[in-house]
Amino acid sequence: MHEYSIVQALYDAVMAQASAHPSGAIHEVRVRIGALSGVDTGLLDTAWRTFRVRTPCEAAEMLIASIPPAWECPACRLAAPPRGPRRCVGCGGPLRLAQGDEIVLDRIVMEVP
Amino acid sequence: MCDSCGCGDTNLVPLDVQQRILSDNERTAAHNRHHFLERGLLAINVMGSPGAGKTAILEATARALRGRRMIGALAGDLATDHDANRLNAAGVRAESITTGSACHLDAAMVHHALHHLAWKDLDYLFIENVGNLVCPAVYDLGQAANVVLLAVTEGEDKPLKYPVMFHKADLVLISKVDLLPHLPDVSLDRIVASLREVMPEPNYLAVSARTGEGVDRWLAWLEQHETAHV
Repeated sequence: MHEYSIVQALYDAVMAQASAHPSGAIHEVRVRIGALSGVDTGLLDTAWRTFRVRTPCEAAEMLIASIPPAWECPACRLAAPPRGPRRCVGCGGPLRLAQGDEIVLDRIVMEVP
Repeated sequence: MCDSCGCGDTNLVPLDVQQRILSDNERTAAHNRHHFLERGLLAINVMGSPGAGKTAILEATARALRGRRMIGALAGDLATDHDANRLNAAGVRAESITTGSACHLDAAMVHHALHHLAWKDLDYLFIENVGNLVCPAVYDLGQAANVVLLAVTEGEDKPLKYPVMFHKADLVLISKVDLLPHLPDVSLDRIVASLREVMPEPNYLAVSARTGEGVDRWLAWLEQHETAHV
């Protein structure tokens, strides 16, 4: 259950951004989480709701964009089916994860005086 | 305040950030990696389920390399220092990282532990992660390579159930293969087929710390990465 540790890092990143600007409370936090990132979005949301209490993020909803995995061949750029060996159906070379491992803070919405 | 109509409402302003949430951990990992490279030390993040045989394969490694390589270890353990004690007894210079309730190691824990281990003259540093197939995969520690242990008793479809861990593995050690004759329903081929579904380049070795099977190939893999790394 490392989602609390992710939320701690997320909170630190949000507050670092907020402190760099004249701001009040944080209203919204948008994140991108890949399906192959190792982060469970349900647990992340629960951890956020627990962690934000009595902080400047208390009223901040976390909006999570879940990114599905996409594999492609770096040589011939062919997309790959989601199951089966991770080799290109065209050239037989190793596939690369093109998306789906993101753990990214996209955007925050904050009050300004 | 809203200054267009004087209603007193607060202005809400969006701010694009586009930042990796674990960027602080990644910075500390890069710092660790810089230390390791500077000293020509091969650091390996050893991961796997509790009981997969992580400590046992490191004991076998130390026995096989006695007098040939200086080996150190940081052993992540929730509550005890048993693993570090076993490794010290096998000739490894080992320190515990007792994580309490934390289910994984992070780069700061490793950096802190390096202050308590004489590591600068080591050839290999094994970072034995907490037994867990989920959380440790998310955190870069500064290692040169990830090695994941998968015991033959764990089930052939483990890689499909924990794709993130096995996708991030540079090498999978399929451990406890001396038990295969007693496991008629377990097939090495089916374990490898599962690995192929999550690893584009499925590098694996079948090993037994008890009989020594495959340990020579594991040592050759280490030597090859030592050369490539330095």
